Amino acid sequence: MLRWLIGGAREPQGLAEKSPLQTVGEEQTQNPYTELLVLKAHHDIVRFLVRLDAYRFASAGDDGIVVVWNAQTGEKLLELHGHTKKITAITTLPSIEACEEKNQLFLTASADRTVIVWDCNSGRQLQQVSCFQSTVKCLTVLQRLDVWLSGGNDLCVWNRNLDLLCKTSHLSDTGISALIEIPKNCVVAAVGRELIIFRLVAPVEGSLEWEIIEVKRLLEHRDNILSLVNIDDLSFVTGSHVGELIIWDSLDWTMQACERNFWDPSPQLDTQPEIKLCQKPNDTAIHHFTWDEENVFAAVGRGLYVYNLQTKRVIACQKTAHDSSILHVAKLPNRQLVSCSEDGSVRIWELREKQQLAAEPVPTGFFNMWGFGRVNKQACQPVKKQPENAISCALELIGDLIGHSSSVEMFLYFEDHGLVTCSADHLIILWKNGERESGLRSLKLFQKLEENGDLYRPV
Amino acid sequence: MISAPDVVAFTREAEYEEEPYSEPALPEEYSVPLFPFASQGANPWSKLSGAKFSRDFILISEFSEQVGPQPLLTIPNDTKVFGTFDLNYFSLRIMSVDYQASFVGHPPGSAYPKLNFVEDSKVVLGDSKEGAFAYVHHLTLYDLEARGFVRPFCMAYISADQHKIMQQFQELSAEFSKASECLKTGNRKAFAGELEKKLKDLDYTRTVLHTETEIQKKANDKGFYSSQAIEKANELASVEKSIIEHQDLLKQIRSYPHRKLKEADLCSGELEHTQGQACPAATTSTLEESVDTDLYSCRPAYTPKLIKAKSTKCFDKKLKTLEELCDTEYFTQTLTQLSHIEHMFRGDLCYLLTSQIDRALLKQQQITNFLFEDFVEVDDRVVEKPEPSLPKPSQDRLLSRSLEDCPIPQVFISVGSSYKSSVESVLIKMEQELGDEYKEAEVTALSSFDPQDNLDYLDMELKGSISSGESIEVLGTEKSAPLLTKSDSQGSLTVPLSPQVVRSKAVSHRTISEDSIEVLSTCPSEALIPDDFKASYPSAINEEEAYADDSEGAIHFQAGVSPQKLDKAKEGSLENLLPQADASCCIGKESHLLQVPLPAAAPSLCDEDSVVSIPPQRYQQKELGFHVDFTAEIVSSSPQDSGSEGLTAYELDPSHLLASRDASKTSLDNYSDTTSYVGSVASTSSDRTACSAPPTSSSDRHRKRAGQNALKFIRQYPFAHPAIYSLLSGRTLVVLGEEEAIVRKLVSALSIFVPNHSRSGKPVKHWVSCPLHITDFQKWKLIGLQRVASPAGTGTLHALSRYSRYTSILDLDNKTLRCPLYRGALVSRLADHRTQIKRGSTYYLHVRSMLTQLCAKAFLYTFCHHLHLPACDQEPEGLLAGRQGSFLRLSLGLVNEDLKVVQYLAELLKLHYTQEIPATGQPTLRFDYVPSFLYKI
Repeated sequence: MLRWLIGGAREPQGLAEKSPLQTVGEEQTQNPYTELLVLKAHHDIVRFLVRLDAYRFASAGDDGIVVVWNAQTGEKLLELHGHTKKITAITTLPSIEACEEKNQLFLTASADRTVIVWDCNSGRQLQQVSCFQSTVKCLTVLQRLDVWLSGGNDLCVWNRNLDLLCKTSHLSDTGISALIEIPKNCVVAAVGRELIIFRLVAPVEGSLEWEIIEVKRLLEHRDNILSLVNIDDLSFVTGSHVGELIIWDSLDWTMQACERNFWDPSPQLDTQPEIKLCQKPNDTAIHHFTWDEENVFAAVGRGLYVYNLQTKRVIACQKTAHDSSILHVAKLPNRQLVSCSEDGSVRIWELREKQQLAAEPVPTGFFNMWGFGRVNKQACQPVKKQPENAISCALELIGDLIGHSSSVEMFLYFEDHGLVTCSADHLIILWKNGERESGLRSLKLFQKLEENGDLYRPV
Repeated sequence: MISAPDVVAFTREAEYEEEPYSEPALPEEYSVPLFPFASQGANPWSKLSGAKFSRDFILISEFSEQVGPQPLLTIPNDTKVFGTFDLNYFSLRIMSVDYQASFVGHPPGSAYPKLNFVEDSKVVLGDSKEGAFAYVHHLTLYDLEARGFVRPFCMAYISADQHKIMQQFQELSAEFSKASECLKTGNRKAFAGELEKKLKDLDYTRTVLHTETEIQKKANDKGFYSSQAIEKANELASVEKSIIEHQDLLKQIRSYPHRKLKEADLCSGELEHTQGQACPAATTSTLEESVDTDLYSCRPAYTPKLIKAKSTKCFDKKLKTLEELCDTEYFTQTLTQLSHIEHMFRGDLCYLLTSQIDRALLKQQQITNFLFEDFVEVDDRVVEKPEPSLPKPSQDRLLSRSLEDCPIPQVFISVGSSYKSSVESVLIKMEQELGDEYKEAEVTALSSFDPQDNLDYLDMELKGSISSGESIEVLGTEKSAPLLTKSDSQGSLTVPLSPQVVRSKAVSHRTISEDSIEVLSTCPSEALIPDDFKASYPSAINEEEAYADDSEGAIHFQAGVSPQKLDKAKEGSLENLLPQADASCCIGKESHLLQVPLPAAAPSLCDEDSVVSIPPQRYQQKELGFHVDFTAEIVSSSPQDSGSEGLTAYELDPSHLLASRDASKTSLDNYSDTTSYVGSVASTSSDRTACSAPPTSSSDRHRKRAGQNALKFIRQYPFAHPAIYSLLSGRTLVVLGEEEAIVRKLVSALSIFVPNHSRSGKPVKHWVSCPLHITDFQKWKLIGLQRVASPAGTGTLHALSRYSRYTSILDLDNKTLRCPLYRGALVSRLADHRTQIKRGSTYYLHVRSMLTQLCAKAFLYTFCHHLHLPACDQEPEGLLAGRQGSFLRLSLGLVNEDLKVVQYLAELLKLHYTQEIPATGQPTLRFDYVPSFLYKI
């Protein structure tokens, strides 16, 4: 048909043949990103993006370089060299209100077992700690206590001046994979398949020393915990390698809800090959979470699941949202859900109320008008194991961003400037709303005309 | 019925009144008349054969105080060029007209010899015997040993075409002034050195004499001076005097630059330019002079000689050569400048004028011209100086000129009703005319030949006598030109001349008696409008003034979108409304109502709006002069002309005339158009070298070939339109093929449609064999990609299909194209497969004119404030988009996908305009989510 093959080349969607991957076609009317800018500065995989302020972000990766960018123009502002090995964690260090110096700082940890504090205005390397026994894998700032924690094989607490306040004993050889703050001066660390809750004791009149005390170990997960995210002040969520999603109470550290069904081999005759694929543990690994007031969005293997916090049920899913594992998901303020994956693509989804009466979902058919899209029966297919029709929503693909040639590691959303993606192909791509950019350029043009005194205003 | 030309002209006039919109859309300056005698097989260049030399050359002569006028050298230094032309005789002729008062010596009332820094004189003269016409540039150089310290020289540009000399007078004068300035600077330097040496000699002599006198004094104690001693004392005194004289001379020659510079400040910018460029070795004259002063003082040690009391007679010694008179460095620079001049004015007058107008117009489009113009080449043309040290000042000149000539456009903020209405009415008209215009363009490009010949023939017909060849005409101010260019050109072969034209021709052909020498004054404005001419013309002035003004108006609006149409339409409506309205009033109104962005309207033009009686400016004179040349012929230039059939035999590109040796080769190229594409594929081995050359070195020839191949592409592939649309809208087109030569050829052909991002060059990659990446699409808009059969090739294809939304893919091997749908009207005019255009260069020009029009639209769209920014603070969002759409559709007459082309160009314009430093980084990759289709043959 009209589907185009270059001289009988290998069918590009070869993978898609095996599992019905939803495609959106070439006409994406709701996809606002019609302009892109490729940013090139790294020489290796770019793994981290961190937002510094309204218009700046920093990128870091395996080449040990940190680059500060302007999100509006794509201009490279600073290139920071200091680490000799790959960077393993990056976080901003918010300035305290009392502190008069306005310098925006951020921390980077590297496999060379150092942590560096940078000033992102001047690019200066303010301080460096290199007394670590192991690679620091996560960094968390407790703004309330004005301390920051580094998690490696042990957990260390530091103050702003980089004095080691206290540390735990050796926890495990694999080290802490994730670390979040929860109320009551506690932190949760994911170590292997365990969740360990520590309490931080600030110096009171009696003692001048900081103390970190292990409070509790939670052992509900059957496999390594890959993701650990705060939902709100009251609960946090964890996801494991075998697709367990557990929601915990932040105050009493009890399990609020658990969903282990992502890998449930409920037999579906028509999608037999897919089931086989899904049973591979990697396909059910929960890599990342995002959340909004009502739902938790989980990236489970190649699929996306929406778990409603009220009903404690999966209300929508997309079993093969990508060709391979989804690495990062985020809910944007404009109700869109964005996911990026190892297959090098970024997809934009929208959670829509499903019309119960509609027998057949229409949208993909519309995009398929020219024969390029692929009708996907799966698109809004309810999960069949819940015949009571609990799934009332559908994740609809409204656009995809293709630009990276390798796995997209992470992305960052700027409300005013668009989306920034970083990838294993060493590139960072700035995706922008073409229409808005065009308007901005016009504004700039007329501003310049006015500056030059060439703007003619009739009286 | 149409036998009487004046009757026809009158009818035309009436038609014009009724139907003011039916004119050809082609700018008047580009209309080139057809050659009326083409059918008889007459060669329009036959006139050249009358002269004794084969082509124009430059002659440098000297009025030697020993042997009289003598030729020194010619450029090019090739005896074949001037052939049997008598250089000695002609030197005599040209040296005899130097009337400048280059008086050096003891002026009355002055104790010391005074150096006169005389201006060069510029003279035009003709010689019937030799069939030669010359622009003669007289200059004097200083020589300490010469009589009165001066040596008169002259440089002459000799051509067989008097009109060339006349019409290029300004340009010749400017260029020769540069050469002269270079010579004189070198000469001043050499002269100062000479003086210093002389001073040292004198000083030494004085010391020697002084010691001798002292010795004599001592030896002679008798108390009285011997005659010898007296003689010595006299000698000493004369040496002292001589020293003072020479010191004074040295002071004078050194003071030159400062005096001169002060003058330059007071004078117009023109003079400043010549001053600035006078010494190509240095960037600015001030720098140069300050360096010079340093150089004067620190010369290498010189051993002084004793000077005999009696100076040698001038006939005894050999006079210095020109090279000795100036510094060798400066002399070679001058020679380079002169050969540059020879290069610049090579070829037919028609060609020169067209390219000059072309360049001038291009310069006016300061904002948009980066989009499609080949800038490397444009610069080359302007600079065109082989010596690497030279381009710098000319670039400076370019820069400064563009700065002063091209102020940033005035932008009209409110889309006022008057403005809107005028734009709309105009554009409706434009729609109607586009078809015609395209044919016009074709014909115009085809019929490029010497217009003057034609004019002469017409003259012969009308007056029954040939004006004598050496007469010098003043062609700058003929007013009736726009009248006829305005009248409809759909005419018969008989040349309808209005009585006005006949009259003015008679007036303007001032015949000068045999061997008379016409001397034009050095003042350019006077030169072109002699008083007697004005005086003899009063009857015509009243009725023709309006047209003259109108033509000024036309120039005025050159920069906007189809400005002439605007102008004419406006004028037409105004004429209807106010038939008795004064022309000046008309123009004043236009300027207030229209306010078309005027990127190039110099301040002087603005003045003209209010004051009509300002004497014509230089540039305009040139324009007007050009109009005059074409007065009669334009009428007969219609595509239906049977005369144009016979013309094909002579449709030599004027540029080929430059080098006649190329002609045979190029014409062969041209006529190979008709061979099929497959045929040319087989012969690609010969094309390979030219095609693989980088696009920046594109010459006329390169363009021609590109045009030719583009034509082939359009004829061969029915899906050429969507492919070209892809290029114009900024969607990368990948040309996929196995054979490098074919791919390269097509890529260079299609590159004429690719808009530039900046002046740094076309975003075109001719040949790639590795898989494409996203950055490639950001960087390149046209890519030639190798299809590899091996497994390695699958990666390439995989990448292609992955990034398919950013690309259109033209598969040369399978003859398929995958790209978005195109339903606009623009490309079909740009690339009509049934076009009558046969030649590559013609098609190239056609494309350029269409693209220029497109750029103008994009310009208007970009710089209309309310189309992009809200008119008031609380404006609903949708309104802006609606305004944009309706402007593009209704005012600019665009349909469907054409909008995207203009929008893309507008984005490029915005980026280019707002960029502080040009060419920093790549623009963002813009794309649309639109479905693609597969086209097959």
